Amino acid sequence: MEGSLFQWIVFFAMAFLAIFCALMVVTRRNPIHSAVFLIVNFFAIAVIYLLLGSQFIAIAQVMVYAGAIMMLVVFTIMLISVEEARRVPMVRLSAGKVFGVILAILLFVELLYGLMVKALPGKVGPFTPERLQAVGPVRTVGGLLMSKYLLAFELASVVLLIGIIGAVILAKKER
Amino acid sequence: MRRWLREQFDRYFGSDPVRLLFALGGLFFATLVVLALLYWVVGKVVTAGLEAWGWDLVRLLLGLLGVMVVVFGNALFLVWAERKVAGHMQIRIGPKEVGPYGLLQSIADSVKLLAKEIITPRFVDRPLYLLAPLLIFVPCLVAMVVIPFDARLQVRDINVGIVMILAFSSLTVLAIFMAGWGSVNKYSLIGGVRSISQSIAYEIPMLLSILPVVMMARSLSLKEVVEAQSPYWFVLVQPVAFLIYFVCAVAETNRTPFDLPEAESELVAGYHTEYSGMRFSLFFLAEYTNIFIVCALATTFFLGGYKGPVLPGVVWFFLKTYALIFVIMWFRWTFPRVRFDQLLNFSWKFLIPLAMANLLVTGGLLKL
Repeated sequence: MEGSLFQWIVFFAMAFLAIFCALMVVTRRNPIHSAVFLIVNFFAIAVIYLLLGSQFIAIAQVMVYAGAIMMLVVFTIMLISVEEARRVPMVRLSAGKVFGVILAILLFVELLYGLMVKALPGKVGPFTPERLQAVGPVRTVGGLLMSKYLLAFELASVVLLIGIIGAVILAKKER
Repeated sequence: MRRWLREQFDRYFGSDPVRLLFALGGLFFATLVVLALLYWVVGKVVTAGLEAWGWDLVRLLLGLLGVMVVVFGNALFLVWAERKVAGHMQIRIGPKEVGPYGLLQSIADSVKLLAKEIITPRFVDRPLYLLAPLLIFVPCLVAMVVIPFDARLQVRDINVGIVMILAFSSLTVLAIFMAGWGSVNKYSLIGGVRSISQSIAYEIPMLLSILPVVMMARSLSLKEVVEAQSPYWFVLVQPVAFLIYFVCAVAETNRTPFDLPEAESELVAGYHTEYSGMRFSLFFLAEYTNIFIVCALATTFFLGGYKGPVLPGVVWFFLKTYALIFVIMWFRWTFPRVRFDQLLNFSWKFLIPLAMANLLVTGGLLKL
């Protein structure tokens, strides 16, 4: 076993917390409770990132997911009436459900495939915790974004811009 | 309840004073045993921790203690200072009865709040309602960990400190929202909704106003930001960023003129309408701590932090911070509350473009 006992304890605690919260998110009837559990889930995952020595990714996880995105989710839940959300009848088997189940199974198979085939246990990647500490996590991420992944980075910003423009158009149309 | 206890006490002990003596002795002995056990357990944990982390653990515990002292001391002082400042601005004297210059007024107030009954309304969403006053303290504690009070007086110098504070500060809004939603009260809910939309609007220019500072300091560690301001403070080279940050800080802490989430004349008390006693005062405490934190951050980013001649660094740090807090109190009695559309338009249509332009100019000048 690599890592100290303390690291293993924290990892298992956070892993179980994340899974537990994920289960709670999909089983709660009250959407606000789901949202709060989702935030706890994000925090648990942030702690796992911390264990990997990448502080910046952990903080970014908290900032983007637990902060910004959850704020929007919560805001949306507040604006739609919860009573209405509760009264949604349970449809037996809708097209959406079938599609969702297929997607979920596909994702699971992909994950299994990735774990079984791609990941080589014991092989150390280029960014070990020690190297991250030496260079600094922010510098590492920033350097990669500006060199190797520049195209993906720019494309992502274009996609976000399109999203913003789309939101503005939708909002204007309603008037 | 109290009368019932008294009756029980009289029935059991009234007839026989020796019984009372034995009961007291037993209680004393039990306390001793519990204390000894506690001491043993704490000792075990501390030695185990010392073996694992060395002095880090001691530093952490001492830091936590220091943070507690700062949080409570600051709140006690600010409650008094706010009333005194308000008084003098309205040509009154303010509190003067309890202690010299009314200095002990806030202690009297807190004793009163502690003694008040805590009421939980029947139809509240219990988990959210009970968690909110506790959760609102998390960002305060996180921010306190990385703020450099002096060159060597800092719990932890984390190399992503600035991002960490900003990331956790959104938890305040979550707590406010949980309080507003969990109370099942329309005024609380409106307060919560207002708080969220306000915070979404003002977090963006706040971030954009800190970025030029980070670019000039070339670091995300708060200590290195302070150290980078050695010839001159950043407020001299980044006046626009400072102003944007300060406006956003006032908005983020829900102070007048941006106090719409708790506007007394419209929403009773906004998101904490349904809270009483100590739970209410936790929100109060968090608000004052947040004011302290945003001003401490403004000091760190723009006013040279603990740097200053003659006096020790801590003194300079607190002097600058409290000067900024005074300005925020001054705002409260100078500006009337803004309307909600004005509030949002000011951020989206004025502050954000201005901050973007400032960022662009800074980047261009730094490259030259």
